[in-house]
Amino acid sequence: MSTTQISEEESQTIVSSPKSIILRISRSNPQTGTAKSFMEFKVPYEKWTTVLDAILEVKKHFDHSVGVRYSCRQATCGSCGMIINGKPRLACFTKIVELNSDVVTVEPMNNFPVIRDLAVNFDRMFSTHKKLKPYIVRDDSEITSKTKEFLQTPEEVEKYIQFSSCIKCGLCNSACPTMATDSSFIGPQALAQAYRYIADSRDKGKNERLKIIDEPHGIWRCHFAGSCSMVCPKGVDPAMGIQLLRGYLLGFRR
Amino acid sequence: MRESIVMKVHYGTALGAVALVAVHILFRLTQEFSKSLQYESVIANYEFLPYALVLELILVLISIHGFNGLRVILLELKQGRGYEKAVTYGCIAAMVAVIAYGSRTIILASMGMS
Ligand code: SF4
Ligand code: FES
Repeated sequence: MSTTQISEEESQTIVSSPKSIILRISRSNPQTGTAKSFMEFKVPYEKWTTVLDAILEVKKHFDHSVGVRYSCRQATCGSCGMIINGKPRLACFTKIVELNSDVVTVEPMNNFPVIRDLAVNFDRMFSTHKKLKPYIVRDDSEITSKTKEFLQTPEEVEKYIQFSSCIKCGLCNSACPTMATDSSFIGPQALAQAYRYIADSRDKGKNERLKIIDEPHGIWRCHFAGSCSMVCPKGVDPAMGIQLLRGYLLGFRR
Repeated sequence: MRESIVMKVHYGTALGAVALVAVHILFRLTQEFSKSLQYESVIANYEFLPYALVLELILVLISIHGFNGLRVILLELKQGRGYEKAVTYGCIAAMVAVIAYGSRTIILASMGMS
């Protein structure tokens, strides 16, 4: 007869800590027509507790039905973006202590369709990202015989390297005021990636990408609010990338 | 038309309009301000061909810039194929109408037919 072992983590009882916060979690389910409401939970925390830890604590001990997406828990996979106390942030990269508040409110990201509770649908962002050819475009290859590695100088790498840190978390799109009203806008995430590849000296797909972004809901709908760059957890500056891209279209850059 | 061309025109008309409106305002300094706004002075301005041309250019530049700005705002407000076509053609039609009506006023006034 086999016995089901409960993993150590699962069997842990709630840890009591002298400090606690009220975690307000937005609950909604568009599929069942459940409108948005908030549920409150008193959650203990330590100085290392992240908002994601607090949400998982709630799932483990109070309500396992809270819908949240996460994977790496180290700001790498880009899954856990949400609005934390009014600002788009990664839940696994935001410590409770840094919020300086006894109440932490978590909501799904703006400008994305909600799947359930804190999980949003990334389909549109991913398809727009894909549309802009997020790879090196050129006919020859550095892996066929008789060709050499495509070498780059440090200066050439410097032109795009910060943009290659993007983890597709969507926080920039969530913060963008144009995305809030223009559902067809390409968005800062994809525009920054268009710049990342256009600025890469190995790439030959500049004209194809410029053509895609040069349309009525493309790059020109950015009004340089700069909120995308303010919220990026990876230090990418999409607002700057967009302005540099405009330079190509206005003929200031080659 | 590619959006970059439209936006180049948008920025260009803005710069041109700022420069010409500055000239227009500086003309007010050629005489006492209140006097420069009197009926006779205004008509005299229209009848002075270079000034009438400046006014016509301001009209064209501001109409192009303004109606394209309106198009952009309306496109960001709501999306949809039919709506976007209506906005684009509606803005072009309104721009042409404003330029035509304004030009008529300028031409008539400069010919002393006001
Ligand atoms: S640019 Fe920054 S905020 Fe935007 S998707 Fe990439 S990592 Fe996230
Ligand atoms: S869980 Fe992967 S980025 Fe937060």
